Amino acid sequence: MFENLGDRLQNAINKIKGYGKITEENIGEVTREIRLALLEADVNYVVVKEFINNVKTKALGEEVSKSLKPGEVFVKIVKDELVALLGGNKEDLYTKGSPSVLMLVGLQGSGKTTTIGKLSLLLRKKYNKKPLLVACDVYRPAAIDQLKQIGKQLNIEVYEEGAGNPVTIAENAIKYAKENGFNYVLIDTAGRLHIDEVLMTELSNINDIVKPDEILLVVDSMTGQDAINVITGFNDKLKLTGAVLTKLDGDTRGGAALSIRHLTNVPIKFIGVSEKMDGLEEFYPDRMATRILGMGDLMSMIEKAEEVIDQEEAIKASKRLEKGKFDLEDFLSSLRQVKKLGPLENLIKMIPGASKLGDIKIDPKDLAHVEAIIYSMTPYERRHPEILKASRKIRIAKGSGRSVEEVNQLLKKFDQMKVMMKQFQKGNIKLPF
Amino acid sequence: MYIVIVGDKMGLFDKFKKVFNIETKKEIEVYEKGLEKSRDDFVSKLNLLNKKYKKVNSEYFEELEEILIMADIGVNTVMEFIDRLKKRVKSENIISSDDLKEVIVDEMFIIYINNEVIVNKINYSSEGPTVILFVGVNGAGKTTTIGKIAYKLISENKKVMMIAGDTFRAGASEQLQVWGDRVGCKVINKDTTDAASVIYDGIVTAKEENYDVVLIDTAGRLQNKVNLMNELEKINKVIGNLIPNAPHETLLVIDATTGQNGISQAKSFKEITNITGIVLTKLDGTAKGGIVLAIKESVGIPVKFVGLGEKREDLRVFDIEKYIYGLFKDLVGGKND
Repeated sequence: MFENLGDRLQNAINKIKGYGKITEENIGEVTREIRLALLEADVNYVVVKEFINNVKTKALGEEVSKSLKPGEVFVKIVKDELVALLGGNKEDLYTKGSPSVLMLVGLQGSGKTTTIGKLSLLLRKKYNKKPLLVACDVYRPAAIDQLKQIGKQLNIEVYEEGAGNPVTIAENAIKYAKENGFNYVLIDTAGRLHIDEVLMTELSNINDIVKPDEILLVVDSMTGQDAINVITGFNDKLKLTGAVLTKLDGDTRGGAALSIRHLTNVPIKFIGVSEKMDGLEEFYPDRMATRILGMGDLMSMIEKAEEVIDQEEAIKASKRLEKGKFDLEDFLSSLRQVKKLGPLENLIKMIPGASKLGDIKIDPKDLAHVEAIIYSMTPYERRHPEILKASRKIRIAKGSGRSVEEVNQLLKKFDQMKVMMKQFQKGNIKLPF
Repeated sequence: MYIVIVGDKMGLFDKFKKVFNIETKKEIEVYEKGLEKSRDDFVSKLNLLNKKYKKVNSEYFEELEEILIMADIGVNTVMEFIDRLKKRVKSENIISSDDLKEVIVDEMFIIYINNEVIVNKINYSSEGPTVILFVGVNGAGKTTTIGKIAYKLISENKKVMMIAGDTFRAGASEQLQVWGDRVGCKVINKDTTDAASVIYDGIVTAKEENYDVVLIDTAGRLQNKVNLMNELEKINKVIGNLIPNAPHETLLVIDATTGQNGISQAKSFKEITNITGIVLTKLDGTAKGGIVLAIKESVGIPVKFVGLGEKREDLRVFDIEKYIYGLFKDLVGGKND
């Protein structure tokens, strides 16, 4: 996410770093580039104008001219402005009601139904809630089926009455939730245009009857300049309490993210970062700003790791490593842990400076091949890879459907890795960035 | 047929009137209505601009640039567009902003048409089923578009089949089935996660039972997901093995609210499959869909269909003249025109 925008901004900023002094002239050149980068990222025109003015004024201010390293001060100015645009502090979701009621609204195809599944999973996992999903999209063909399938997949109950009146369905659902001990109700609504008066009135009616604690607008991060019309359209009719930005795992430059808060004061609360059901993250403005500027986001990376990695397994592996006994069986188990972290590209991007490595594409199939090769070995072979000679390798290659070269490559890389890990343990290795 | 256009004395909208006969009048009305909200905002901004600046000057151009960028026409396309306008202002000695209005509309055509003959018709196979593959990012409107196109083709007396090739999203094949029941069209479904295998089955059946057109739905995929784009390549191979030269059309479905990312979508999908046209959906909102101009200019893919409303008959064959007319109608012509 944001790579393109990040690259362009970083290039512009690097120019400043080369100057000993910031003048009206050289700042003009750099801000022109920043302006183009932001516009190409679909940041709202008005926001871009303000942003550029603010950065310019501050950069020409006293603080910078006194500084010995104007480039660094300039980076800080840009970062602070970005954080401000993104909303400053993180805004939490309301979770105190019994039950709390949340309604998701948005245009067609923005990702409401998928998001509601992801959100319910997050509420159960992170906030220990017992969520109930409510199917109020009675218009789109098979929308209820979609929600039911998601519910089944996550083992979360779905309340539906088929194609009834959405207002009554929502009302009944809350009754049902209270009677059956659910403490978080998530209402899925049909996609609609913000200018569709009939359907917008329907939303206000649901709002009047069930009085949700949260009304979140789901916005496709690929939305262009029309984003502002959509958000104001919804916000005028319903008091939005937040926005969810979806499909940020695309190569979108996410201009909507940089415009929503500033123009409407509606905070972004969540971002969708993968197609998997656990691909929804809480939104932290400062972390996002550092990610955009290529300063990495180690906090999110560590949190993610803590969430999915099995602590005991990890300790076991590191103990074996200390004893120099790390074998292919351990490697396989680490591989499985790493896979839980989601696409590796996403992870790498969170490392500070990683954006300089260029576009990293990792084919998930490569990992699958590695797994297949190891699975084709006997447990004894996995524990003692040194016994693998030609005939065993041929058998393994056949069993996994890969070539002998690939088996050799894997073994070679495994040896290199072992050496690297030993050095890493002794603390005398530097990250390659 | 297309008119191009430079420096003619006859007003642009007079030309429209000549081109559009009574038969197409109903068609124009659909465009006018679908683009109503987009136009209100866009044209009122342009009109305000012309009130504010009677004479063309650099502030005028700066604000014009803002209006065009806000219509998602694309930063580069807009910058070049403004440069061309400036040149014409100079060479044609245009002083009043009112005189520039028609030049603006005129130049819009030039971006899109670019001296090419643009084909917006479906390329039908001369024998055997015509295969149309629908691709796009998540939530663009592929399944709905297929339902609407099936309706259109069936009303043209074609024997149409739909294949539920979106084996990933929950409820996708059910959604297509509902459309099939609604418009009276056979839907091929299979309980599998392997899209290529459903498509294989469908095409075999279509050949055996002499279907005219096969519409294939695929899962939404973001263009930077390598494995999903590879899957698309595989789907293409399966189709091509069964029917040489198929798919005859590969349509990229793009949401009209999409901004600059639309260019990247067009480029990336074109690398993998031979995209023959774009379906621009959800244009009945406030979005202007200006990104299609940038896509045409930078990637060379024309729009073939456009979604102008939620009803099944609201999907129309795209016509740049009607689109531009729908968008600019109140600017040059009168409202009661």
